[in-house]
Amino acid sequence: MPKIPLSNVIDTIIDWLKYHFGDSLDTFSGSFGDFINGFHTFLAFIPWWLLILIFAVLAWRAGGWKLMIGTVLGLYFIYNLNLWPAFLITLVLVLISALVSIIIGLPLGIIAGRSDQFHRIITPILDIMQTMPSFVYLIPALLFFSIGKVPAVFATVIFAMPPVIRLADLGIRQVPVDLVEVGQAFGSTSWQLLQKIQLPVALPTIMAGINQTMMLSLSMVVIAAMIGSGGLGAGVLEAISQLKIGMGFEYGSAVVILAIILDRLSQGIGRSKKNKKNNN
Amino acid sequence: MTEKIEVSNLIKVFGVHHQKGLSMLDQGMSKHEILRETGLTVGIDNISFSVHEGEVFVIMGLSGSGKSTILRCLNRLIEPSKGQVVVDGIDITKLNENDLRKFRQEKTAMVFQQFALLPHRTVLENTVYGLEVQKVAKKKREERAMQVLELVGLAGWEDKYPAQLSGGMKQRVGLARALANDADILLMDEAFSALDPLIREEMQDELLDLQHKMNKTIVFITHDLNEALKLGDRIAFLREGALVQIGTPEEITTNPADDYVAKFVKGVDRSKIMTAKDVMKKPNPLITLRDGPNVALRTMKEHGISSIFVTDKDRALKGILTADVAVDARYAGIQSLSEVELAKGPIVKENTSLIETLGIIAESRLPIAVVDNENKIIGIIVRGSILAALADLNSGNHLVEGGEADA
Repeated sequence: MPKIPLSNVIDTIIDWLKYHFGDSLDTFSGSFGDFINGFHTFLAFIPWWLLILIFAVLAWRAGGWKLMIGTVLGLYFIYNLNLWPAFLITLVLVLISALVSIIIGLPLGIIAGRSDQFHRIITPILDIMQTMPSFVYLIPALLFFSIGKVPAVFATVIFAMPPVIRLADLGIRQVPVDLVEVGQAFGSTSWQLLQKIQLPVALPTIMAGINQTMMLSLSMVVIAAMIGSGGLGAGVLEAISQLKIGMGFEYGSAVVILAIILDRLSQGIGRSKKNKKNNN
Repeated sequence: MTEKIEVSNLIKVFGVHHQKGLSMLDQGMSKHEILRETGLTVGIDNISFSVHEGEVFVIMGLSGSGKSTILRCLNRLIEPSKGQVVVDGIDITKLNENDLRKFRQEKTAMVFQQFALLPHRTVLENTVYGLEVQKVAKKKREERAMQVLELVGLAGWEDKYPAQLSGGMKQRVGLARALANDADILLMDEAFSALDPLIREEMQDELLDLQHKMNKTIVFITHDLNEALKLGDRIAFLREGALVQIGTPEEITTNPADDYVAKFVKGVDRSKIMTAKDVMKKPNPLITLRDGPNVALRTMKEHGISSIFVTDKDRALKGILTADVAVDARYAGIQSLSEVELAKGPIVKENTSLIETLGIIAESRLPIAVVDNENKIIGIIVRGSILAALADLNSGNHLVEGGEADA
C-alpha cells in the first residue's frame, strides 16, 4: 500500500488558505502587530521603577505584604541583570495572549457548560489542542503570519486557550442543581440565571482556568521565540544554541520569576474575591 | 371551597423516548414491565388531585415514590409527559416560555430541602432574589425583604453570608426568600428534612403560625409521617409513583385505605416510640472490675440505688452487683470486684421492642441493661422509665391498636 500523502494534503490546504485569505490575513497581522507594538511602547515608556511599583501594589492587593516583597525583589533582580527590555517583550506577549485566550475561551466555555451538544463538539477539539506538541502550532502560525510577534501570539492563544474553556465549562456544570432550580423556580431568564447564579458560583473554578491559561501562555511565549517573537525566550534560545550556560541561567531565572509572579497574582485575585464572601 | 390547583391524569416518564413509555402505559403495561423492556422510568403514573385555596396539602411518601417529581410538575421545573396542571383556571402545561416565567414569578415560590441559598449573596441579597429578577426597584425590594426577614425572625442578620448561618437559620432565609415574592402558592420540597429534630419542630410550629397569618396555599413534601400529620390539612399518600390515599390526618390514621398506609401509620409510631433505646436512661453510675466493694457501696449510697452495673475498662458489661453481695465481699476482705461473682441481670439490645422489654422487667427485680452489638452498655432501663413511656404512649392520639409486635 502506498504512503498516504497526508503532508501533501495539509500543504495544499494551507496553500489554498494562503492564496484566498492571504491579503486579509496580512491586513489583520499588520494591525494586530501595531497593537502589540503600541502596548510594548507604552510599557517601555513607563520607567522601570514605576512599573515595579505598579506590580508591587497589585501584589499587595492580591496577596499581602509577603507577595509584595517577593515581587519587588524578583523584578529588581531582572532589572539588575539587564534583562528589562526582553522581560517587557515577554510580558506584553503573555498579557495579550492570555487576554485574547480569555476573551475567546471564556464565552466558549460558558456555552459548553450550558449546552450538552456544544460540549460534545468542543471536547474532542480541546483534547487535540492539548495533546498536540506545542511546537506544531508554530508551523501554521509561521505560514499564515510569517515570523514575529503576531504568529507568536497566534500559536500561544491556541496553546493556552483550552484550560479556560474546560474550567469554565466544568465550573458551570458543577453549580449545584438546586441553585439552578432556584433561578428557574423564581422565574429568572436564561441570562439572569447565568449572570446572577451560574457565573458567581462558578467563579473560583473559572479563575483557576484563567490562572492556568496565563501559565500556559508564558510557557508558549518562551517557545515562540523560535519564530522570532523576541523577549526572554530569544535569550534562552541563543544560550542553548551557543552553549552559554550562564546566560541561559540568567534568562531562565527571569522566566521563572515572571511565572511565579503571574501565578500568584492571578490566583490571589480569584482568592481575595472568594474570601470576601466567606470570611467576614 | 375553591380549588387552587387541579392536577388531572398527570404522568411523568423519564427518558428521551418517553412517548414510547406513554403508549405502553396506555396499553395497560405496568411500570416494571416498561422499565424492563425499554429502560424508561415511570416517575408518576396517572395522578389526579386538587388542592384547596388556603390549605396545607402534604404529599407524603418514601424516597423514590415520585413526590418531588409531582412538586416540580406544579411549576414545570420538570415537564409533565402528559396530563393537566390547572392553577387558578389556567392549564400551566400549555404556557409558553414567557408566560411560564411570569407564572413562576407571580404565582409560586419554592423552598428547597438543602436550602439552596446562593453562597455569594448575603441574607438580604438572597431574600430579594425573586423580586430582583422581576426588576422591582432596589429600594422597594429591600424594604419588602426586611419585612419578611423580620417575620421569620432574622432581623439583624441581613448582612451575613449563608456560610455563617446554622441550618435552621438557613431555612428561615429560604422561607423568607419564598415569602418575599408574595406568591399565592408555596411549594415546599422536604423543607425541614435536613434540620435536626428540635429545630425541625420549631420550624413546623412557625410555619403553622405564619400560615395562620398569611393564608397561602402550601404544597408540602415530606417522608416523615409525624410532620405530615402535624402540618397537613390533607395528606396524599404516594407509593411508587401512584396515589394511594388522600385524606385528613384523622382519616388517614383511623381509616387507612390499604395495608401500605396502615403499615406506614403503624410503623412510624412504633419505630419512634417502642424500642428499648427510646426509654433507656444514661448508664450512670457505672463501676469497673478494678474498683473494690467499698467504692461500689459508696457509689450506690450516693445515687440511692441498691444495685450497680459493672463493666470492664472498655465499657463491656460484666454483670450487676447488688448491695448485699457487695457488703459480703467487704467483710470477706476482697479488694477487687474481679474476684466477686456478679449476678447476671436481664440484657436487651437497643432495638428490642418496648413490649418485649416490658415482659422482661415484669419478671426481674433488677434493672435492665441495654447493650450494643459489642456488648457495651449504652443505657439502663428501670421500671419507672417504662411506666413514664407508657403514660406518654397512651396520651398520644394517633396510636394504633399495637398488640402484635413485628418490629
